[in-house]
Amino acid sequence: MTILALDLGFIIEKLIMIAIVVFASLGIALYTTFGERKVAAILQDRPGPSRAGPFGLLQPLADGLKLIMKEEIIPNAASKWLFILGPGLAMTASLMTCAVIPWGSAMDIFGRHVALQIADVNIGILYVFAVVSMGVYGIMIGGWASNNKFSLMSALRAASQAISYELAMGLALIALLMTTGSLSLKTIVEQQVQGNWWNVVYQPLGFLIFFITAMAECNRTPFDLPEAENELNFGYHQEYSSMKLGFYLFAEYINMIMSSAIMASMYFGGYDLPFFNEASVAPNIAALIGVGTLLIKIVLFIFLFMWIRWTIPRFRYDQLMGLGWKTLIPLALFNMLLTGAVILAKL
Amino acid sequence: MQALTNKAQAVNRKPMTFLERLYLINIIKGMMITFSHMFKKQPTIRYPEEKREFSPVFRGLHVLNRDEEGRERCTACGLCAVACPAEAITMEAAERVEGEEGLYREEKYAAKYEINMLRCIFCGLCEDACPKDAIYLSETFAPANFTRKGFIYGKPDLLIPNPLTEASAFAEAKGVEA
Repeated sequence: MTILALDLGFIIEKLIMIAIVVFASLGIALYTTFGERKVAAILQDRPGPSRAGPFGLLQPLADGLKLIMKEEIIPNAASKWLFILGPGLAMTASLMTCAVIPWGSAMDIFGRHVALQIADVNIGILYVFAVVSMGVYGIMIGGWASNNKFSLMSALRAASQAISYELAMGLALIALLMTTGSLSLKTIVEQQVQGNWWNVVYQPLGFLIFFITAMAECNRTPFDLPEAENELNFGYHQEYSSMKLGFYLFAEYINMIMSSAIMASMYFGGYDLPFFNEASVAPNIAALIGVGTLLIKIVLFIFLFMWIRWTIPRFRYDQLMGLGWKTLIPLALFNMLLTGAVILAKL
Repeated sequence: MQALTNKAQAVNRKPMTFLERLYLINIIKGMMITFSHMFKKQPTIRYPEEKREFSPVFRGLHVLNRDEEGRERCTACGLCAVACPAEAITMEAAERVEGEEGLYREEKYAAKYEINMLRCIFCGLCEDACPKDAIYLSETFAPANFTRKGFIYGKPDLLIPNPLTEASAFAEAKGVEA
């Protein structure tokens, strides 16, 4: 049966995949909050949450329950619809990124050849950029609608920070795209699977710039100026309570997972397990191993994010802008020129 | 200006070198420091399961003692109340009547004996003052309560379990402070 020349099985397959990816991201984000607290504790010689369940493993569920049970407060002076729209937008934008990430090669299920990617868009990276910049709207709208000067300040900071760092991020990516010749994440990963080296070998400077800007995009310390508690009380989500606050906090962790996934896909071979011949096992098992490999890479990146957060203090705002405009952008331009020169020389 | 000591040091105002200005090396150094803390021993004591060892002279909540036959030692002489710098102790004396010899050691006993644990400073002077060895401070420390009244401990809270009828509870209450 076909609808609009579309295979119904194809639609069901994609819907199932979307459900799996979204719920898996939410689940991982839930446990990333737990991981964050545990990592912070261990780096500071503390045991961390250990009361709820064995090793405190039920802690995120308890946190979630607490957030849901809290009273929903919408301030009188707030712009009501925008106030509600803000967290929804932040969450949607961060979840939308996962559509183009290739989670694995392909599996044969019930006679169907299923690619483990929701959509192999040929402008994958551009799509990611578009969606990530949408995330700023969630913060901007939430901060503005709260009608609180601290929230507004924080939202302004978040927006200008995101814009400044997206430039350097884009420039770092252009250098990568010059070597790969494709915007599709799937193609980029496949090139790394087939080729000898991961892209990070060809683009070490590009990766460094991308990593720093990704950290800034996720509002992670040392770039968490929008949430600078000592200047802005709590940041753009100051007036929020209950699950709306939960959405903002969650969106931050999902952003972190997604940028880790993108970094792993673009620079660290995605689902490519090094020194392992995928052809030596059944294709389905190879695909599952690929998914596991990508997840491990994501977890390592998340750990790196947390490790940096609990080591380095926050930037001052002018230092942050200075780093973005005066250091990262020229460096990214230099990296682009260098890459172009090498490609030309090789021709 | 003449320096008072020879400890003064000139502030180093050398401009940072290129490597220092990159920060990356110092960031990695800092990350190594935090990483090394992952393998350090945690000083945490997980309280309800683990407890910190008290010194043998720890002064916790009071216990009213009994003698080996299970009779209350206190004679309500009031020396502890006089000694108490926080004025936390009050008592009312009563005379032992015929047939109560198994309950009270001497002819006079404390009908009411109250310590306000919110006033008490756990100095242990009552223990020093007691001529009958009737009061001493145990290793149990300040508990929680919902009301201020709940912190006024009466005889039922303070008396040690009877060594004859409740031997194990008596031994537990006695603790190391023999």
